[in-house]
Amino acid sequence: MIHQYKNNGYNIVMDINSGAVHIVDDVVYDVLPFLEENNGEEDILAALSGKYQKESILEAIADCRELEEAGTLFTEDVYESAIEHFSKRPTVVKALCLHIAHDCNLACRYCFAEEGEYHGRRALMSYEVGKQALDFLIANSGNRRNLEVDFFGGEPLMNWQVVKDLVHYGREQEKKFDKNFRFTLTTNGVLLNEEIMEFCNREMANVVLSIDGRKEVHDYMRPFRKGKGSYDLIVPKFQQFAESRGQQKYYVRGTFTRHNLDFAEDVLHLADLGFEQISVEPVVAMPEEEYALREEDIPKICEEYDRLAAEMIKRHKEGKGFNFFHFMIDLTGGPCVYKRLSGCGSGTEYLAVTPWGDLYPCHQFVGEEKFLMGNVFDGLKAKELQEEFKGCNVYAKEKCRKCFAKFYCSGGCAANAYKFHGSINDAYDIGCELQRKRVECAIMIKAALAEEEEKEN
Amino acid sequence: MKHIKTLNTQSLQKTVKKGGCGECQTSCQSACKTSCTVGNQSCENNK
Repeated sequence: MIHQYKNNGYNIVMDINSGAVHIVDDVVYDVLPFLEENNGEEDILAALSGKYQKESILEAIADCRELEEAGTLFTEDVYESAIEHFSKRPTVVKALCLHIAHDCNLACRYCFAEEGEYHGRRALMSYEVGKQALDFLIANSGNRRNLEVDFFGGEPLMNWQVVKDLVHYGREQEKKFDKNFRFTLTTNGVLLNEEIMEFCNREMANVVLSIDGRKEVHDYMRPFRKGKGSYDLIVPKFQQFAESRGQQKYYVRGTFTRHNLDFAEDVLHLADLGFEQISVEPVVAMPEEEYALREEDIPKICEEYDRLAAEMIKRHKEGKGFNFFHFMIDLTGGPCVYKRLSGCGSGTEYLAVTPWGDLYPCHQFVGEEKFLMGNVFDGLKAKELQEEFKGCNVYAKEKCRKCFAKFYCSGGCAANAYKFHGSINDAYDIGCELQRKRVECAIMIKAALAEEEEKEN
Repeated sequence: MKHIKTLNTQSLQKTVKKGGCGECQTSCQSACKTSCTVGNQSCENNK
């Protein structure tokens, strides 16, 4: 299986099963569909001789054959049986999303947690519940050494003392059990102060700082409960925080909606504010919401991704480069094929914990009672549900089998699939379209930067 | 090769044998929380 496309002047060919990426000239680009259909030389010459010289076509065919022999073109899918075996493995828990506060000091319009309350009541996680969650994680982590704990909400800084106490507890326990805790925090910045920044810089492997971009965009979607915007309060704090972390190990993270389909402007605004690690992501919302993305918005969004990619290359060349999370792609040392095919680990390796200790497959499922999996005191009880999530991989999803992006998104988000289709083994279609576009842009950026490097040498 | 420039020669097939240790980051713990992105993550086995 190959995927070929043109973007920003590059002819790009992805060999899906090997992961190889080739930049080709027009002759090869036109020859490839014939080779994929197993056409012989005669047929290809007959079809393309009006467009290219015979010698050129034959050279192109020879080049393709060479790649085929080297195992970087038209490679076979050998993973299905491996993944079947892999999905039967005994799983361990390695990551928890701790809902440290089901409460929030903002009232963001698109919040899937409904102003932090997740269809339930306001609550803060107690130290006892949090401690039990860390014990549960260690006890269920088997031989995994790296354990991840995200302090999430609502707004976790509304329960800051418990966050600090849990980090201290985790640091004590990791020594005893030879584990390595990677703590992360997601915050809206309202309560951020020097003391918190200093603590996070010492203890948090990553921090996610929520901001949507331009002031008018941010303030419309992320107001305080009484309606005032939050942009002016948080921007200087986020700038200070990012600098104090050496512009590393953080993301400013925004959401774009139907109200700002020109979201490239928001990304660039964040870059202009001095942020170097940026993530701005499409809202996931049901069609009845006025801000939800619709199918008819896809062409405009794809155009914006193209515009953003081209601008990022330009800024990189000017020495003003920044990272955009959804365009980051590791073509040389990315994850193994198991990771790429088996999804995010929700419901198996990754679980969310509510303030009162209930376990759900992930933060997006919290509040959906049929997805309650157990609690941190009694452990995982819903074995059938766990099996269902364990079997969730690219080959279990009909829509993914033929998709060229399957190795980059690992089958998409189970919660989104459930939300739109009522099944975790389906896929959220608008999300898929946008994911494919992002993969194309990300690879084009790699091609452009490789060309730049070549010119320099 | 005159007509083709290869950007990467990484073979996913090789990772079938050595992969699957599970030490890598859980995708939703990085930044997204609403999508599922693995292509940008690194392998802990290569470190």
